[in-house]
Amino acid sequence: MSERWQRVRHHPGAVAALFLLPAGFGFVVFYLWPALRALWMSFTDYNVLRGSGDWVGLQNYQDLAADPLFWHSMRVTALYVVLNIGVQTALALAMAVMMDRLTRSAVVRGVLVLPWLIPQVVVGLLWLWMLDPRLGVVNHALDWVGIGGQDFFGSPAQVIPTLAGVNTWRFVGYTALLIFAGLQMIPRHLYEAAALDGAGEWRTFWRVTLPLLRPVLALVLVLSVVGSFQVFDLVQVATGGIGGQPGGPANSSLVIYVYIFRHAFNFNNAGYAAAMSAVLAVLLAAVTFFIMRALRGSRSDLA
Amino acid sequence: MTSTTASTDRQAVPRRPARKPRRPLRFRLSRIAAWAVLVLLMAGTLLPFYWILRTAFSTNSALFTGDQSVLPPEPTWINFQRVLGLASPEEVRAAGGSGAELQFWLYLRNSVVFATLVTVGQVVCCAMAAYAFARLHWRGRDAVFYLFLSTLMVPPIFVLIPNFVLLSEVGLLDTFAGLVAPYFFMTPFMVFFLRQFFLGMSSELEDAARMDGAGHPRIFLRICVPVMAAPLTTAAILAYVMAWNEFMWPLVAGSDPSVRVLTVGLSAFRSGQPQAAPDWTGLMAATVLGALPVILLFLAMGRRIVDSIRFTGLK
Repeated sequence: MSERWQRVRHHPGAVAALFLLPAGFGFVVFYLWPALRALWMSFTDYNVLRGSGDWVGLQNYQDLAADPLFWHSMRVTALYVVLNIGVQTALALAMAVMMDRLTRSAVVRGVLVLPWLIPQVVVGLLWLWMLDPRLGVVNHALDWVGIGGQDFFGSPAQVIPTLAGVNTWRFVGYTALLIFAGLQMIPRHLYEAAALDGAGEWRTFWRVTLPLLRPVLALVLVLSVVGSFQVFDLVQVATGGIGGQPGGPANSSLVIYVYIFRHAFNFNNAGYAAAMSAVLAVLLAAVTFFIMRALRGSRSDLA
Repeated sequence: MTSTTASTDRQAVPRRPARKPRRPLRFRLSRIAAWAVLVLLMAGTLLPFYWILRTAFSTNSALFTGDQSVLPPEPTWINFQRVLGLASPEEVRAAGGSGAELQFWLYLRNSVVFATLVTVGQVVCCAMAAYAFARLHWRGRDAVFYLFLSTLMVPPIFVLIPNFVLLSEVGLLDTFAGLVAPYFFMTPFMVFFLRQFFLGMSSELEDAARMDGAGHPRIFLRICVPVMAAPLTTAAILAYVMAWNEFMWPLVAGSDPSVRVLTVGLSAFRSGQPQAAPDWTGLMAATVLGALPVILLFLAMGRRIVDSIRFTGLK
């Protein structure tokens, strides 16, 4: 082996480059380059079938600002996110605190996290059947208690709350486990001190648990808000009726991902779809920044 | 068992010296109430799974009678046989199946190929990257790491369209190579996840190996990989489950039946039956089979998955 090769072999930069070669290739080809290309596409009338596009400047962004369906889909998505996050976070927090007080059992945690591991497509099909207006078991149960059957996925007013409910069912255990992990980091002696001072469970929760959980909650909120903004599989599978167009009935569940997807692959408007994705990316970055800032998520009171 | 309730501690084991002071009644009641809620939540999680099993073992005609008994009214294997292609065409029609059947075995094979390739590639490539980010010292290391990490903030659909175009340009649409490529080399999550573990590794063994003149490839293979066996296994399980559940990318890049994965196949199975009464029992049997590999993996390795969750979000 030549001396020069020996030098290269032990140079830290060269070694690092060697180890980063495969991942770096994937990063450049499938993340960095496509991101730049998508940005360029958003200024063109790119068509996937034609495989090319011409520069149109800000046209896509102007169209988007004037597109009522885009704003509609943003509103639908926002409603979904708010319903989803509100219920999911509160429920997960309650579950995590209960687990923290009652049990370390891996079986309990395993059961609660199971739906998170199942493909979203399977979850969608499962609930499509459970919530079938005529044959589903949920409506039979509602009939039995005297409430009467609901349309769920078939009703413009109920479809978004239903989707949010199904998604909560899938993710609440996972979220609870994230919060549970955070609870484990709170030193026990703080609870004992609170108990000695005569604070009840309720007071301890608000004065000790919640403030110390803040960085974890910020992270959980970021993960779940950003994730639920991007809901796609569930809507694609569970809405629009059998054989219908996803996003239905009458576009009432047209979340932003479904709308972008439709433009890119059904209407061959990749340029327009790219512009919408770019707006979404900026929006999500802003939401993340806002949550971290509002909850001072990167600083812990424990330190 | 000992941790269930304070009251059983006291009554069921009277001989044990009462070391703990007796809890007030209100405390015990709230504990029992909390357990009741937790059990209820677990039941709410599991019951839907039971109900798809029950449906999968029912006949389509039984569903229309509105019978909601706990056990299927006329238990049958026919739906599983139909999905697996083991039933004759007459039996299929009699059971209410449609002409368009799910090519279950093919899609299952495709899902296995896709998830396996993604898992192997991702874990190997990301472990190497994690080693470079955690155990090597070089200029610009943290800047490059944060550049990698920043892609976590890019919505997948933003890069999905250009990636689709890229594959069609190089003629890799509807091939396994193309389907696997965007996940094979790295995902930002996996690099981040493994880096956390590599950072926590003690450097004693590493130093000793270096004293003996081992180069970095040897240290990585002979020291890090064995020491990191547990986290690497966890990473592989997570990668496998995520690949198995993937839907949007295979939907656009692998729509051809020869590479179509199970999630895409299941969604097509549903939309392939316009207006006709859906074949619920067949669909639920297919759904059970589609979720089965993940559930089996979970039964075998559940504890590892559950324990890994604290690392997915937190430092």
